[in-house]
Amino acid sequence: MSDSRSSQDEDSASLLSRLGSDSPRPRMKYGGMFCSVEGAFENKTLNFESFSPKVPRAAARTRTRDTPVSSNQPAGQTVVFPSAHARENYGKREGDRLIIKGGKIVNDDQSFYADIYIEDGTIKQIGENLIVPSGVKTVDAYGHLVIPGGVDANTSVHAAQRGLQPADDFYTATLAALAGGTTTIIDHVLPEPGTSLLAAYEQWRDAADQKACCDYSLHVDVTRWHDGLYEELESLVKDKGVNSFLLFMAYKDKFQSSDSQLYEAFGVLRDLGAVALVHAENGDIIDEEQKKLLTLGITGPEGHVLSHPEEVETEAVYRAITIAKQANCPLYVTKVMSKPAADVIAKARKKGMVVYGEPITASLGTDGSHYWSKNWATAAAFVMSPPLNPDPSTPQYLTSLLACGDLQVTSSAQASFSTAQRAVGKDDFTLIPEGSNGIEERMSVVWDRAVSTGKMDENEFVAVTSTNAAKLFNIYPRKGRIAVGSDADIVVWNPKETRVISAKTHNLTVEVNIFEGLECRGVASVVISAGRVVLEDGKLNVTEGSGRFVARKAFPDTVYKRIRARSKMAEARGVPRGNYDGPVHDVISMTKSVPPTPTTRGPACPKAQTGPRNLHQSGFTLAGTQIDDHIPRRSAQRIVAPPGGRSNITSLS
Amino acid sequence: MLCCIQIFPFIGYRGPALSKSERLLIKGGRVVNDDQSLYADVYIEDGLIKQVGENLVVPGGVKVVEAKGQMVIPGGIDVNTCLMKPYLGTQPVDDFLQGTKAALAGGTTMIIDHVTPQPGDSLLEAFEHWQEAADRKACCDYSLHVDIPQWHGGVKEELELLVQEKGINSFQVYMAYKDVFQMTDTQLYEAFSFLKELGAVVLVHAENGDLIAQEQRKILSMGITGPEGHPLSRPEELEAEAVFRAITLGNRVNCPVYITKVMSKSAADTVTQARRKGSVVFGEPITASLATDGSHYWSKNWAKAAAYVTSPPLSPDPTTPDHLHTLLACGDLQLVGSAHCAYSVSQKAIGKDDFTLIPEGTNGIEERMGFVWDKAVAMGKMDENQFVAVTSTNAAKIFNLYPRKGRIAVGSDADIVIWDPDRIKTITAKLQQSALEYNIFEGLECRGGPSLVLSQGRVVYEEGKLQVQQGAGRFIPRKPFPDYAYQRIKFRNQVQHGVSRGMYDGPVYDVPSTPKYITPAPSAKTSPTSHQPPPIRNLHQSNFSLSGAQIDDNVPRRSGHRIVAPPGGRSNITSLG
Repeated sequence: MSDSRSSQDEDSASLLSRLGSDSPRPRMKYGGMFCSVEGAFENKTLNFESFSPKVPRAAARTRTRDTPVSSNQPAGQTVVFPSAHARENYGKREGDRLIIKGGKIVNDDQSFYADIYIEDGTIKQIGENLIVPSGVKTVDAYGHLVIPGGVDANTSVHAAQRGLQPADDFYTATLAALAGGTTTIIDHVLPEPGTSLLAAYEQWRDAADQKACCDYSLHVDVTRWHDGLYEELESLVKDKGVNSFLLFMAYKDKFQSSDSQLYEAFGVLRDLGAVALVHAENGDIIDEEQKKLLTLGITGPEGHVLSHPEEVETEAVYRAITIAKQANCPLYVTKVMSKPAADVIAKARKKGMVVYGEPITASLGTDGSHYWSKNWATAAAFVMSPPLNPDPSTPQYLTSLLACGDLQVTSSAQASFSTAQRAVGKDDFTLIPEGSNGIEERMSVVWDRAVSTGKMDENEFVAVTSTNAAKLFNIYPRKGRIAVGSDADIVVWNPKETRVISAKTHNLTVEVNIFEGLECRGVASVVISAGRVVLEDGKLNVTEGSGRFVARKAFPDTVYKRIRARSKMAEARGVPRGNYDGPVHDVISMTKSVPPTPTTRGPACPKAQTGPRNLHQSGFTLAGTQIDDHIPRRSAQRIVAPPGGRSNITSLS
Repeated sequence: MLCCIQIFPFIGYRGPALSKSERLLIKGGRVVNDDQSLYADVYIEDGLIKQVGENLVVPGGVKVVEAKGQMVIPGGIDVNTCLMKPYLGTQPVDDFLQGTKAALAGGTTMIIDHVTPQPGDSLLEAFEHWQEAADRKACCDYSLHVDIPQWHGGVKEELELLVQEKGINSFQVYMAYKDVFQMTDTQLYEAFSFLKELGAVVLVHAENGDLIAQEQRKILSMGITGPEGHPLSRPEELEAEAVFRAITLGNRVNCPVYITKVMSKSAADTVTQARRKGSVVFGEPITASLATDGSHYWSKNWAKAAAYVTSPPLSPDPTTPDHLHTLLACGDLQLVGSAHCAYSVSQKAIGKDDFTLIPEGTNGIEERMGFVWDKAVAMGKMDENQFVAVTSTNAAKIFNLYPRKGRIAVGSDADIVIWDPDRIKTITAKLQQSALEYNIFEGLECRGGPSLVLSQGRVVYEEGKLQVQQGAGRFIPRKPFPDYAYQRIKFRNQVQHGVSRGMYDGPVYDVPSTPKYITPAPSAKTSPTSHQPPPIRNLHQSNFSLSGAQIDDNVPRRSGHRIVAPPGGRSNITSLG
C-alpha cells in the first residue's frame, strides 16, 4: 500500500498531462448516466488510463499473458490500482481484460452505441474511443446487441424428486445456461419436509461451489411451515444472503401449506424483508382429481394435465394474492402457465397489489397438446407442475402480458429428468418426476416469440430476461445492467441468426428436448461471464466450479418501498365507546348443551375427520396451552348480570 | 273497502278440514308471474289454484277479494332463515312462530330454514328436531336446508336418507368458522362429489376461515374488541376469495354451487364472471346487503353496532346495495334471501368484550320483498316480472318447488300476495312482527308492500292485520335433481378417456433405495392440529402414517414402485424421434 501511494505521486504529472486532450471526460455522458456510484469512474479507471500511453501497454501484456500480477511489474503500474482491485487480482479471476467493440448496448431503459472495457470481472469503462491497455482481447460486436447476461430466477438443478436427482446438475445446467446467454441462475433449495433449511442450504452451496460455471444465488423452499422456522429464516436472510422463499400450495401431504400457514409465513417473510414465492396450485383438488383419474383407468401423462386443470392454478393464484394482501407481503408467483392465472395477476396488479408473475420458457415456447402424444416418452417429457396448457394460444397470450408489463420475469424452471427416470411413473402419472428443460432456450424463445414478432422492444427484452429479476431479488445493479461497476456478465446477442433447437445439439444431458424442432431467431454469439469469454464461435470454454455465490440483501427496494408505506397506513383503530352495561344474556347455565368446543369460533380445537379418530381428538383439544390463551377472551364468558344503574349507551334509538 | 273479507269461515277450524271449505276468488287483479303479466281472476279452492282467467265460472257463495287493479303475485319464498339456530345454548328470539308471522306480514309465504346441527350431532336427529318444532309453530309452509357441520364418512348415509326419504335437496357447507364448521378443500371436494351424486344443491358459506381466524387474533391483540372488529377481521377479499374457490371446486366436481349471503361487490362480481364462463353457480344477496351497508359497525352505540354483526359482514362500501341490485336485475344474482337470525341485544352482549363472541345474524324476513321493490323496481332497475323471479320463482326452481310454489297457475299452491306498489312504510322496531327490540333498517322508508296475503288459500294478512294459526305451516318435501340446476350438469358429465398407448417397455430408472426420501408426513392441510408439529415429531409421524388403512389404498398406485428392469426385447414405442 505504501508503495502505491508513493508511486501515485510520482506519476501524477502524466495523469494531468492527459486531461483535456484525450481524456475520458467526453465519456462522462455515458458514465454519468450509468455509473452506479458518483466518481467511481475516475477512481477505477482514470488513473489507469493516464498511464496507458507509454510504458504500461507492454507491461500490461506481460502481466496478462505471462506472469502473476505482483512479481514482475514496475512499481509505476501496480500502484494505480486501488487496493481492492489489487486484491481481486490475486483471486481466481485475474487478468482478464476485454474490450467489446462496436456493439449496441441495450439496457432496460435505453440503447446506445458504445464500447465496453472489462477488467477483473467488472465493467470498467463504457464509451466511445476508450483508452485501454494494448493487447487487450477484443470482442467484435459490430451489428450485434450487447445486453446484460440473463438472470434465470427459477431453476431446480439439484432438487431430488422421489430420490431421483435431476439428470442435469449444476455443471451441465449452468453450462447450458451460459450457452443460451444466461449468466446468473437462482436455484431452488428444496429441503425435505421437517429437516433443517440451513443444512439443505449448505448442501446446495457445496454442490454449486464445486460445479457451477456461472454465478448463482439460491431461493430456499419452505416445505413445511412451523413457528420454529423463524430463527433459520432469520439467519438465512441476515447471514446467508437469501432473500426469497418458496411456499407450496400444492403437493398435498408433502410440501403443501394451509392458508393459515401461508398467512403466518407471509407475515414473517415481510418482517424479514424477503420475497415470498408461491407454487400456486390447489393441492387438495389435485389430489382428489388424481385419485379420480386413476380410478377411471387413466394412468398416462395426459392424466397429469387432466388432474391439474388451469382453474386449479387460477384459484390458487387468486388465493395466494388474497393472503398476501392480508399479510401485506410482496408475492411472486412462480411458473405462470395459463391464461386465466396470468389474468388474475394482471387484475390484482391493477388493484395495486404487490404481486409479480413469472412465465417460464415452456409456457412461452410450447403448449400442452403433447400430453396426448402416442409416444409415452414424449408425453412424459412435458410433465411439470403447473402443467402446460392445452390451449395453443397460451404462449402468445403470455408473451403479450409480458410485453405490457403485467408479467415481469421469465425463467426456465429447469429440472430435467431422463426418460428412464420418468419411466418410474409409466404405470401411474402421479409418479412421473416433474420438470422440463428450458435453461438454454429461454432467451432465444423470448426473443423469437416477443421481439422478432414486434410485441416487445429490445429494452423490454432485457428487462424481462434479466433486469427485472435482478431488481426483484436485489442483485441490481450488480447484475442485470451494463454500467460501470457492474459485473461483467455480458452477452453479445445476434438477433439475425437462427437456430433449431434439438436434443442432439443442446448442452444438457437429457435425451429429450421439449422444444425439439423449434426454430428460434436470436442467438447468443458471445457470452462473457465474470469477465471471461465463455462462449465464442460456438465453442464453450468454462471452468467447473468457477461460479460464485451471489448474496442478496433483504428488503429489495423495487418490492419493499410500497410495502413499507402501506404497513404504516394499514393500522386499524377501534371505536372508543363507553362500556356496554345493559343486560347480558346468561351463558353459563347453558354450558351443558354447548358442544365440546368452548366457543364457536376461536380456539384451535382440531377438526374431526373420520369417525374413529374423534375419540383421540377430544382428549387432545384441552391439553396444553391453547393458541389463543393470550387473548383476553374468557372474561366474556362470565355472566354479567345486568347491574341495573345507568344504562345510557344501550338504548337502541 | 273489501266487504267480504270480514267473514273468515275457517276461524275456529283446525287441521286439513278447514282448507276444504276455503273457496276464494281474487277479482280484478293483474296476475304477475316471472315471465308475463296478465289481467285475470284467480279462483282458489282447497288451498290450490283451480282456475286462472277472465269470466270464471265459480260456485255461488264464494268469497270474493277485490284486487282493484293491484298486482297479484306468487307469495315470496325466503330461502335463507335461521329461526332455531342455537348459539352457546341460546335460541334466536324469533322462533318458527314469530319468524313466520313476520314473513307473512312481509308477503313471504314460504321459508326454507337452515337446520344447524353442532359438530358431532346426528343430521337426522337435528332434522327431526327442527321439523317437529316447525310443525308445532310455523304459520306458513316451510322446507329445510340441512347444514353439514363436519364432513366424514358417517355423514354420507344420513345424507342419503335425508335426500331420498326426507325430502331435503339442499345442504350447506362452510368454508369459514375455523375449527368448528370449516371444511378443507379436500373435504369440500368430497362433499361436493357426494352431494352431486345425490342430486342435491350445495349451499356454500363462502369466507376464508383460516385467514379470518388469523385476522381476528391480530385485531384482538391490537385491543379492538368492539363490533368494528368484525368487519375488520372479515374484509371482503376473503369473501371473494372463498367464492372463487368454491366455484373452482364446483367446476372441478361439475356440481351446482349456491353461494349464500353475497354481501360485497367483489364477491358478486366473482359470481358474475364465473357465470359468464359457464359455471353453474347461483348467488343470493340478502335483505341486509340490499338495503343497508356496513358503516354502522363504527356506531358509537355498542348495541346498534352489534345488531349488524352477521357473516359475511355488511360491506362498509355504501355503493354495495346499488351494485347488488343491478346484478340482481340483470340476472347475475338470482334470488333474495333474508338470512333472518334474530338475537336480542342481551344475547348479542355475550360478546361485549370480544367481538368474536357476538352471535351473528340480522333481521330481514319481513322487509325482504319491500326493499327489493323499493330499491330495484321503484328505481326502474327491474320490472315486476323480474321482481317475482328474484323473490319467489327462481328460488322455487333452484330448490325444486316449482311450479307448486313460485307461480300463479292452475294446480299451484294458493300462496298469493296482492302487492300494492304505492304503499309507503317506515320501518321501525315498534311496528314489526319480529320479537326483536331493534331493527337494523330502523327509519328507512320503503315503497311497496303487501296489501293482502294468502297462505294455503287462506287470508292471513290484510291491511296490517295478521290472522294466522300456529302450526298451520306444512313441511314441503323437495325432490333431488332440480332441473334448473342439474340439467346442464348432466350434459357435462362426460367421462374422460385416456390415450391408448402400447406399454412403455424402455429402460426404467431404478428406485428401490428411495423410500428414505419419501416423506412420511401426513396431510398438511387436513392435519388435525392447526400448527404443524416441529421437526422433532417426524419420528412419530413415520410410524403413524404407515399404520392402518391409508386414504389412497384404493388407488392402484403401488405397482408404480416396482422396479421394472428393461426386459430387452421390443422397444418400439420408446424411441423419441
